Amino acid sequence: MTSTTPPRAERSAGPAAIVAVRGATRHYGAVHAVDGVDLDVARGELFGLIGHNGAGKSTLFRMMLGLVPLTSGDIRIDGAPVSGGGFRAVRRKIGYLPENVVLYDNLTGFETLQFFARLKRVPANECAPVLERVGLTHAARRRVREYSKGMRQRLGFAQALLGRPQILFLDEPTNGLDPEAIREFYLILRGLKADGVTMILTSHILAEIQERVDRLAIMAAGKVQAIGTVQALREKMDLPLWFHVRLPRADFERVRTVLGHLPVTAVEARDDHVAVQCRREAKMLVLQALASLGDKVLDLHVHEPSLEDVFFGFSD
Amino acid sequence: MELRQVGTIAGKEFWDRLRNRWVLAVALVFTVFALVIAYFGGAQQGAVGFRSIGVTIASLVSLVIYLIPLIALVLGFDAIVGERERGSLDLLLSMPITRFELLLGKYLGLAAALAFSTIAGFGLVAVVLSAQLDLPALFHYFGFMASSVLLGMAFLSIAVMLSVFAADRTHASGLAIAAWFFFVLVFDLLLLGALVVTGGSYGGEIFPYLLLLNPADVFRILNIFTLDDVRTLYGLATVFPRTLAEPWLLGLVMLAWIVTPLAVATWRFRK
Repeated sequence: MTSTTPPRAERSAGPAAIVAVRGATRHYGAVHAVDGVDLDVARGELFGLIGHNGAGKSTLFRMMLGLVPLTSGDIRIDGAPVSGGGFRAVRRKIGYLPENVVLYDNLTGFETLQFFARLKRVPANECAPVLERVGLTHAARRRVREYSKGMRQRLGFAQALLGRPQILFLDEPTNGLDPEAIREFYLILRGLKADGVTMILTSHILAEIQERVDRLAIMAAGKVQAIGTVQALREKMDLPLWFHVRLPRADFERVRTVLGHLPVTAVEARDDHVAVQCRREAKMLVLQALASLGDKVLDLHVHEPSLEDVFFGFSD
Repeated sequence: MELRQVGTIAGKEFWDRLRNRWVLAVALVFTVFALVIAYFGGAQQGAVGFRSIGVTIASLVSLVIYLIPLIALVLGFDAIVGERERGSLDLLLSMPITRFELLLGKYLGLAAALAFSTIAGFGLVAVVLSAQLDLPALFHYFGFMASSVLLGMAFLSIAVMLSVFAADRTHASGLAIAAWFFFVLVFDLLLLGALVVTGGSYGGEIFPYLLLLNPADVFRILNIFTLDDVRTLYGLATVFPRTLAEPWLLGLVMLAWIVTPLAVATWRFRK
């Protein structure tokens, strides 16, 4: 599979970029964990970062937060470098939910938020509303030790929301949440997006992310392999689509006949249908040809490539 | 540096230790040991009850020199590596805080817990004994308490340094135990051995200085040298020149033992 590097214009989120990553590289000895990543995230955008374990997305995340120094390249948050003299001002604009967040077992939920609020210089009276927002008010006085995995994740998220950050970095944020909680979580994200908050999140649950992000980047082997909207990625990959044509067995050969001159890539006879594979640009031609079979066709399904196909196409 | 950030971290560490009753437990250990030593320390001589402050402090020093380094090392060995291993370090470092502020906050919070235990534990004994102590004796006892605090701070600083260098908690605990063995048990034996091997020919001049390379020895000298009635009981302390035995000078050496490991830890933690 070819790795397509889109031109800069498509990668760029324009002048409003709040996160600008230029040639970011991190080497651990011979291992190139992150290798020349260019990335722009626009203000107010909900941006997804996907990739297999070890693809480099967590390292890139930690580089964007200033936790891992760059071997080379440059990362700017709202125009300022993430480390150096102005780092405090940058950090105060950021909320971060680490992957598998670990909090302090001996503190209560409320005390945990108070601790982080003090570090972020956020007034203590912001803690209760944030707990309310993530649905933990009932457990505010209980020790984190007694929290379930999902509750810890919510508390970690609450901590990230302290101080009304302009940018949220959420690493696998729905880990450990049940489907209902995941729905609630994205509801909160939608509210934040309406407030103009920029969010960057990683996930390996592609089906979950594809309906919800504005754009996404696919990482593999330390590089961004593709970046764009889900639709743009699908088109760019030009993965073939499949027609499943159900018709009587006796008429299977007719399908081959009507498609004879068309650029189809495969025609397979299956139990009760014929599967036809073609490239996206031939889609309408194939459909017309199949329509010429008239009432021989009992049923027709079109299978578009899923984001999984796109993802595996890029990351294999 | 923002002191408020240091204070927030220190406050959390201190309250953690207070809340899980660590401070109380250690203070109790100190109180009980000190009382037992004060009343039964002379039992070998066939008498019980408080005898003299000199003997009591000398006995306490022998105990504290083992106990406080151990407690300090156990308290501090996972300060950083523990957060790293549990996975909470990244979140802390993503806050508007520098690595130095985090390290200093951790150290000061733990140091406050240890100092509080030491002063409360031995202080209670001072209150109990106060009826039997005159002013100079109280002064000596106060000196013992202050030097015990310094001893704890020095070993805590070493522990925090080890917690920065160690790859994981197991490694850190191994290093802490090794540090305890080295400073508390092995160091003096090595010095004595070297003194015997060289036949004492270069002993006189260098050995007192070599003793300064061990905070436990500095603590011993601080306490023993000022007490004439027990000085002769201690071998190594007697080779110590009076000019070096100034409490303020030894206090400065202790301070160096507190600052240096922390400085090394900061350098390493920033890398």
